[in-house]
Formats: sequence, structure tokens, C-alpha cells
Amino acid sequence: MTDYGAFATDPLFGLPLQELWFGLVFFILGMFLFLDGFDFGVGAIFATRDDDEERETLLAAIGPFWDGNEVWLVVFGGALFAAFPAVYANLFSRHYLLMFAILGALILRGLAPEMYEQRHDEAWQTWWGRAFVVGSVSAPFFLGVFAAHWLLGVESLLSLPGVVVGLAVVALTVVAGVGFLAMKTRGSLQRDVADYGPRAMAAYLALVVVTLGYLVAVRPDLGVLAPVPLALVAVSLAAAAGYLLALREGRYTLAFGTVPVLVFAFVALVATLMFPLADPATGLTVADAIVSVLPLNIMSVASALLLPLVFTYFGILYSTFSGPIETGESYS
Amino acid sequence: MLDPVIASRLQFALTTIVHIIFPVMSMGLAPFLIYFTWKDIRTDDPVYEQLRRFWTKIFAVSFVVGTVTGIVLEFEFGTNFAAFSTAAGELFGGPLATEGMMAFMLEATFLGVFVFGREKVSDALYMVSAVAVGLGTWLSAVWILVANSWMQTPRGYELARESGQLVVSLVDPIAAYANPRFPWMFVHMQNAAVLSVALFMAGVAAYHVWQRGISADDDREGARFWRKTLKIALVVLLVTAPFQAIHGDAYGRHVYETQPQKFAAMEAVWETDSYVPEYIFAIPTSLDGITDPRAKELFGIGIPGGASWLASGGDPQAEITGLNEFDTEAPPVAIVFWSFRLMVAAGFWFILLAFWAAYRWWTDELYDDDLLHKAFVGSSLLGIFAVEVGWIVTEVGRQPWVIQGVLRTSEGVSPGLTGFEATLTLAGFAVVYTGLLALYTYVIRRIIREGPPSVDETAAGSEAASPAGVTGDD
Repeated sequence: MTDYGAFATDPLFGLPLQELWFGLVFFILGMFLFLDGFDFGVGAIFATRDDDEERETLLAAIGPFWDGNEVWLVVFGGALFAAFPAVYANLFSRHYLLMFAILGALILRGLAPEMYEQRHDEAWQTWWGRAFVVGSVSAPFFLGVFAAHWLLGVESLLSLPGVVVGLAVVALTVVAGVGFLAMKTRGSLQRDVADYGPRAMAAYLALVVVTLGYLVAVRPDLGVLAPVPLALVAVSLAAAAGYLLALREGRYTLAFGTVPVLVFAFVALVATLMFPLADPATGLTVADAIVSVLPLNIMSVASALLLPLVFTYFGILYSTFSGPIETGESYS
Repeated sequence: MLDPVIASRLQFALTTIVHIIFPVMSMGLAPFLIYFTWKDIRTDDPVYEQLRRFWTKIFAVSFVVGTVTGIVLEFEFGTNFAAFSTAAGELFGGPLATEGMMAFMLEATFLGVFVFGREKVSDALYMVSAVAVGLGTWLSAVWILVANSWMQTPRGYELARESGQLVVSLVDPIAAYANPRFPWMFVHMQNAAVLSVALFMAGVAAYHVWQRGISADDDREGARFWRKTLKIALVVLLVTAPFQAIHGDAYGRHVYETQPQKFAAMEAVWETDSYVPEYIFAIPTSLDGITDPRAKELFGIGIPGGASWLASGGDPQAEITGLNEFDTEAPPVAIVFWSFRLMVAAGFWFILLAFWAAYRWWTDELYDDDLLHKAFVGSSLLGIFAVEVGWIVTEVGRQPWVIQGVLRTSEGVSPGLTGFEATLTLAGFAVVYTGLLALYTYVIRRIIREGPPSVDETAAGSEAASPAGVTGDD
């Protein structure tokens, strides 16, 4: 047997790897929510367009990106499995039907644009258009329910806080979708889309406030009023103000730039309120659930090598398709 | 309501059986697409752009369906097999996470460039994107098979019980991940994928040649494209089909050495014996015997000593340990026995088909033999069928173990899962995946019927058509 020495017994460079991995898992979830979030938002906005050309433009805007964006969810599942297998197993099996609701929504969302482009008769496109909208709205909704139930340790399929957070995540994806499309489109479509921004943001902020109020009143144990959560709320408010101002001034790239701040503040809030627990329903802490030192060291080295490459791939992809969608550019 | 263990196993079987079709298509198409892209960039021959564009369409649809069905599998370890995931996460989670970061990310990002970006990037970056997509599909297989092969021939772990729960901890990652089964699986699977796609391409091309009566000097639109497709597929078939059989034979001996219970199930050997015949065909005389293919009162054709000969690599006297010898119950023998025979029969048919077509090519009759064309059309999905039955041998054959000799499948199922939930999702998948397969078939058929873009639509073709060299595409 190979002797792995200190690599098998001591965390790499003495780093606090358990906490870093807890953070990394949520960072990956945040990447998914940010990147696929704007795809979901585009799907929701799709419902408001009935002009064929505008619909084609919306699909073309996310065409090259959505598949890569969705892989962040695969990596989230993988990272959670690799670092906190007990959390992955408990969480996913406890939310059995919810997980399949998420998967069903993602199947619909992934399949619909591909199908939409296959035939150009009206009935076919009407139905696949609807499927695209339903998938794009229900996926973030169920993901929001999942995040709330994870944090609050709720075991039922639906709960009031779950629904509120689910709607908040849907609103957040619309905020992201507006930012993305305002940047990628031109003309009347661009103006129409940008108009949805303030309403989506108002809905998001209202739902977050309701959630926080609920947590302060019902779950004081989570410590919402501690400095870090309050700072994250302040960051969210500042980013929201920036988003609205930038939209009003027509600085759409800047508006879209505030979206990751909003998304990561949201995800960081969930993670901060949860820590040091990793699965509140079972009371498992990060320290309980983490894998042993050797596999953790291996995965840390692998991630440190691979994640920079992943960011390079995304850099190439996004720079290839930067700039506005040209007229007549279609999905496939 | 079904028992949650049965429902979970059926659901995993169903979702994997459907999912594997799409990775086979994308992994098998990958080397072809890299070749077409290379030739498209390096030559002025419009047929390579036609080939690239036509097969990329099929690749893109397969990839999308593969993505959405693949996420399901990754989540099912947690939803349905939580006890397995908790016990073995330390060994099993790492390869899955690495697959996501190393392979899937590479594939999914460069696919955007490859499918949508021909006009937007340089030839060099376009070539890079083709290679990256192909490499991504194959690296995906590496990590998935590292995880799967570890379950077949587990190494590098230690067993402990923490508060009554079994924990498999990683002590030697090199032994665990470079386990003895991995190279066998990887080579067999990747060659099978390329072989399956070669058969599919040959079937599609033969269909057009046969239906349109395309001859060797036909210059109608698309004629050259289909002749070229048929020939390229045939060359690949000639290499991969015989190789699969030779490799499969050696792989069988490895299974005999490392998973004797599976091997016994493949041959339906109940009592330990030497000079075991290889049954090519076996029929029980009554329906009760259907689960036991070599039950006493049967009609069968066996080659004396054949199974022993195959197991040992040449010794007809070699001893095969019977299923009754093992402490655990046997896997469902009939499924393993018949799946194995169907796979092998398909494999031999592919070799025959390849040689038949090669002979016709040699006698300059490749486009004239309609019986051959019909045989190709009928065989276009048989490669995928052989992959399915092959995986059934692998996965049903290792039962009752989910990790060979360590953890039983029944002990791996989520403890809190109810029969109602599991039956509900199983029924849901049965409906959704039937629809998914129907849609996929429908879309692929449309793409095939439509055929490749015309020569005038290609960059080289439009340049040739307009003397000024103005491209018609832009």
C-alpha cells in the first residue's frame, strides 16, 4: 500500500478545510443560481413576448450558455456528495419529492428550447413555449423551497416559509434575466425588458423582508440580527439600489453586474445562518459531516487545479458570444 | 404500492437504461466530429462541412437530453440510495465531483462554441472547441467508470462501524481509483460507443443509399455525402467490431477471476464443475424453469467444455465455481444469462456485417447490394442495444451487491423512503422517459429525413459557385 504520510493525516497547509468546503459548496450553488438564474429569468420573460422574432432572440441569447450554466448544479451535487456525503444523502432523501420536482422542471426547461426550434408551426411552438416558461419558473421556485427547507430543517414537501423563499428566488432570477437581456438586446425589446426590472426587484426585496421578519420572530435561534447577516442584508440593499439606478440610466452592463452581488449575498446569508450546522434537520454539524482528511485533501487539490480551468472555459465561452444578439440570429 | 427497495432499484435501472443512450451517442460521435472538423478546416471539400454540420445537430440534441437525464442519476444516489451514499461517499463522491469539474464543464462550455460559434471564432479556436467537447465526453466516462469499477472490484478502503452504521473509508486512493476493473470497463465502453455510432451512421447512410438508389457515380445533391458517411462508418466498424470481440473475450476472463459469482450467473452454473459446456442456446421445458436457463429438463445447444475454455483462456477442464457455492443469493440468473448471449450474438453479427460490407466494397458493389443496405438499416440501433444488455450483465450480474462483497443493494436504499414516494416517482419516470424517448426519436428522424445542408449552403460550395469568392452565408 502506498504511504501517503502527512497528506493522509493533516489538512493541506493546515488550512481550515472543513469550513472552506462548506463555503465552496455554497459558492458553487451561488454560481449556479447566478448563471442559470439569468437563464431562468429569460424563460420567465419569454412568457411576456408573443412576437416570433423576439422569442427567437430570447432563445438565442441563452442558447450557447445555458447548458454550461446548468453544470454548476451537477458540480454542486458532486461537491456536496464528496465533502459532506451524509448531508447529501440525508438532505436529498428527506426532500425526495422536492428533488424530483426540481429535476422535472430542469428536464422541461432543457428540452423545451431544443424542441421549440424543431418545427415552426404555431401549435407546436405555443406548447413548447409554455413548457419553457413553466420549467424556467418552477425550477428556481423549487430550488428556493429546497434552500429554505434545508436551512429551517423543514421536512414536508411545502411550507409557508418555503413558498415565500421559493417566490423570492423566482423574483431574483427575473431580476437577473432582465439584467442579462437588457445587455444582450436592442430597441423596443430592450426597453420593454428593462421595464420589468424595478417590479421584479420590488418583489424580491418584499419577499426577502417578509422572510427575514419571519425568521426574527419565529426562529431567533438562527441569529438574523447578528452583524454578518445584517451586513449581507445591507450589501443586498446597496446592490438593489445600484441595479435600479443603472437600469434607469440605461447602463445595462453595470445593472447586470449587480446581479452576482445580490445572488451571492443571498446564498451567503443562507450559509451564515446555517453554520456551524450543515444539516439542521438532523443536527449534523460541518465537523460531523465532513469526510476524513485524506479524501478532503485530494478533493481540495483537485478543485484548486480544476476550478481555475473551469473559469477559463467560461471566459472563452462568454467572450465568444459577447455583445448584443444580432437580428436573425437564431437558437440553432 | 411497491416496496421502496424494489421501486428504487427499478427506477435506477430505468433512468440509467434511458440515460446511457445519449452518452453513447455523444462519446461515439466525438471522434467523428473531431475528424470532420479537422478535414473541414484543412481541405476545401464541402462534404466535410456537410458532415460536421449534419452530425453536430444529432450530437447537440443527444447532449441536451443526456444532460437532463444525467443530473437525475447524480441526484438519485442521494434520494434513493442514501444509506449507500452515506456509507461510501468518501470513495464514491470524489469521482462524481471530479467528473463535473474536469469533464462536464469542459464539454458543456465548449459545446456552446462548437454548436453556435463557427462564424465567431478562428479556425484554431474552433478546432480546440471540437477537441474539448470530445475530450470532455471521454473524461466523463473516465470518472463515471472509476466510480463504477470501484464498486465492482473495490480496493483501497477500510471498513468501520460508527454508531452502528457502516462506514467505508478511503485509505489508499491510488489502489481505489486505479482498481483492476477500470481499464477493462473503459476500453470496452469507449470502443462500444464508437462501434454503436459507426453502426448508426452506416444504418442512416445505407437507408438513403437504398431508398434513393444512390450509385457510385451519382452526383445528385446529397449522394456523395451519404456515400462518404457509409464509407467512413464502415472503416470504423471494421476496426471496432473485431476489436470488441477480442477485448470482450479477455474481459470475460477478468470477470471470472474477480467476480466469480457474476461469471457463474453469466453461464448459469449452479454446481461447481469442470469441463463446463458453453450453452449458446437453452430453453426450459416448462415456464417454471424460465428463471433457470440450465435447469435439468431443457433443450439446449452447448459446446462441451466451452465455458471452462473461455473462463481460463484455453483450458476446457477449468473449474467454474457454481452459484450454490456462494454465501449470498444468486443474481437473477436468467436476466444475466440471456443478456450476455444477446450481447455476444450482436457482437458477432457486427463482425459479419463489417466483413460482408468490406467484401462488397472490395468488389465495387457497396452501393448495389440492397440486402446489405437493409441489414445496415436493421442494425442501426443494435450497437446501442448491445451496450444496454452488456451493462445489464455488469449491473444485474453483481447483485445482490451494490459494492461487491461490502454492501448489499438492499442495505443501500434510503431508510426513510416510503413505498408511496418511490412508486410515485417510478411511475412518473416511466411516463416522462417514454415521452422523452419518443421526442428524441422524432427529432432525430426529422434531422435524418432532412439530410445534410446542400453543397451550396457550405462555405466551400458557395465560394466555388460565385467566381468573386463572396460567401453566400453572410
